[in-house]
Amino acid sequence: MNAAVNTVNTAPLVVAHDLAKTFDVSAPWLNRVLERKPRTLLHAVDGVSFEIERGRTLALVGESGCGKSTVARLLVGLYEPTRGGMRFDGQDAQAAYVSREGRQLRRRIQMIFQDPYASLNPRWLVEQIIAEPLREHAILQDKDAIRERVGELLRSVGLSALDMAKYPHQFSGGQRQRISIARALATAPEFLVCDEPTSALDVSVQAQVLNIMKDLQRERGLTYLFISHNLAVVRHVSDQVGVMYLGRLVELADKAELFARPRHPYTRMLLDAIPQMHAVGRARTPVQGEVPNPLNPPTGCAVHPRCPHANARCSAERPVLTSIGGVRVACHAVEEGRI
Amino acid sequence: MSLLQVRNLIVEFPTRRGTLRALDDISFDIAPGEILGVVGESGAGKSLTGAAIIGLLEPPGRVAGGEIVLEGRRIDTLGYEQMRHIRGRRIGAIFQDPLTSLNPLYTVGRQLVETIRTHLPVGEAEARRRAVSLLQDTGIPAAEQRIDHYPHQFSGGMRQRVVIALALAAEPKLIVADEPTTALDVSIQAQIIQLLKRLCRERGAAVMLITHDMGVIAETCDRVAVMYAGRVAEIGPVREVIHQPAHPYTAGLMASIPDMDSDRERLNQIDGAMPRLNAIPQGCAYNPRCPRVFERCRQARPELLAAGATMAACWLHDTQVRP
Repeated sequence: MNAAVNTVNTAPLVVAHDLAKTFDVSAPWLNRVLERKPRTLLHAVDGVSFEIERGRTLALVGESGCGKSTVARLLVGLYEPTRGGMRFDGQDAQAAYVSREGRQLRRRIQMIFQDPYASLNPRWLVEQIIAEPLREHAILQDKDAIRERVGELLRSVGLSALDMAKYPHQFSGGQRQRISIARALATAPEFLVCDEPTSALDVSVQAQVLNIMKDLQRERGLTYLFISHNLAVVRHVSDQVGVMYLGRLVELADKAELFARPRHPYTRMLLDAIPQMHAVGRARTPVQGEVPNPLNPPTGCAVHPRCPHANARCSAERPVLTSIGGVRVACHAVEEGRI
Repeated sequence: MSLLQVRNLIVEFPTRRGTLRALDDISFDIAPGEILGVVGESGAGKSLTGAAIIGLLEPPGRVAGGEIVLEGRRIDTLGYEQMRHIRGRRIGAIFQDPLTSLNPLYTVGRQLVETIRTHLPVGEAEARRRAVSLLQDTGIPAAEQRIDHYPHQFSGGMRQRVVIALALAAEPKLIVADEPTTALDVSIQAQIIQLLKRLCRERGAAVMLITHDMGVIAETCDRVAVMYAGRVAEIGPVREVIHQPAHPYTAGLMASIPDMDSDRERLNQIDGAMPRLNAIPQGCAYNPRCPRVFERCRQARPELLAAGATMAACWLHDTQVRP
């Protein structure tokens, strides 16, 4: 048993390989026939690969519509990938999700959603909310044992065991998000997928939740995929950062490296776009242009219409993610040494 | 002279279980051409302050005390029709979601022309000429063609540009901007903030910028008011409020923001949450969460006191009685 655990520990816990998800957003059949409209496909995620080591945090950042939430849903099995897949602890997750082993896998992978007002059933007591995964996965049967575990879980996220007798509406946003975390922890998962867990919260409350998430990671050796659009938050929680644009990774690097030496022009743009608290009155050059329509993405490199370094090659040929100086970047200009 | 004076403003919501005081004795000034930031967590009353100034409090909310004076004229007592002429002509408004500010059934040109002609004595052709020039000023490409498009044909960032054009159409002296960039992506946010800042400077319009984003405040504003539980906790020049906050709440708030410069392992957190309106603590509303609380804070409510370059509602700055 011990030997097995050791060999597993050296390999990454989560390996996403060429993940892709295409949504069919065509007009209804009759309209397509009458108005001669073609099928419309939206490539929400288009070939995303990454690894996450045990006990580490990978953050995915990007603007809305870049596909980061779709990646999260693919990993937990809420969507079926169009192409590619995920290996979890050496096991093919997509195959497992559709088989009988899926239950076991779902126990080990849990998700925290953005809006704690929408993700908790308002008609259930907190006790029922947190006990549901315990009952569903038959982790505990005995009523008193369940109640005791719910109390422990609540205490582990900084709430009181007495809070289990309340309804979600009796809590503030930050407390509700902690209840979501307690519920996600109920099955003692190894991997937590967190989709913008603090975006709906105020800053002082966001700090509480981020601190708890870091404490829990240290205590339980949790592995996180942390999805956010806020680079300052990402810088605080992550070990590795992946920057997404229109369904693809444009840069994947260690946190320190990415923030100290961003390679991809889009990463630089994003970093420049953050308003800095300590630069009062500083004038910035804002990023030019807007995110293109994902239904009609630009040819070549998707960033090229907004990129100051784009040339003819960028508008014709799509760059692939290549390893340059320990960092993975998808950019012709970086590859050619132009920037 | 101040462009806008808010004096001891009180806003109340009568409910079946008693009256809730959402804004409690708020006072501040905005000078002509100045950008005042209003920052605070959700429920602090920052949007309500903006709504009271533009006369769009949702009933049953009402101004229960104090006064709002714009260019020497009291506006909080005006009737609906009179206030309609103030809105747009004297005070422009920009809201968070551009889709709710624009009528989806009319082209943006028609909405701009209507606004211009309602408030300014110009003809149809002149109004349209001005509308095109406004759209150009806000950075909308091919404004001549785009003016005949409907709001849904614009992207989120472009829509917010149209809303800014609408707010500026009748050349108001004050713009109330309530979270104008919150619904936008980070890369667009910077564009919109810079645009708003430039246009207001060119036209000499003052701005009341309501936001929860301290970074936006730091880059944009001249002064900032920090709100907590329906009161102003601290008000002063941006640089001082950020770097030498005088109120413990401001200090806690600043320290809880993850920033790009430091590598702290843990963020500073303020334990607890802002009190609900029906359970505002006695004395200073912040006292149950304050790390520097002492006996007086639990008994008496502090008013704004001079604290270095800023004003803070905190007994620590009372020079008469030292803790």
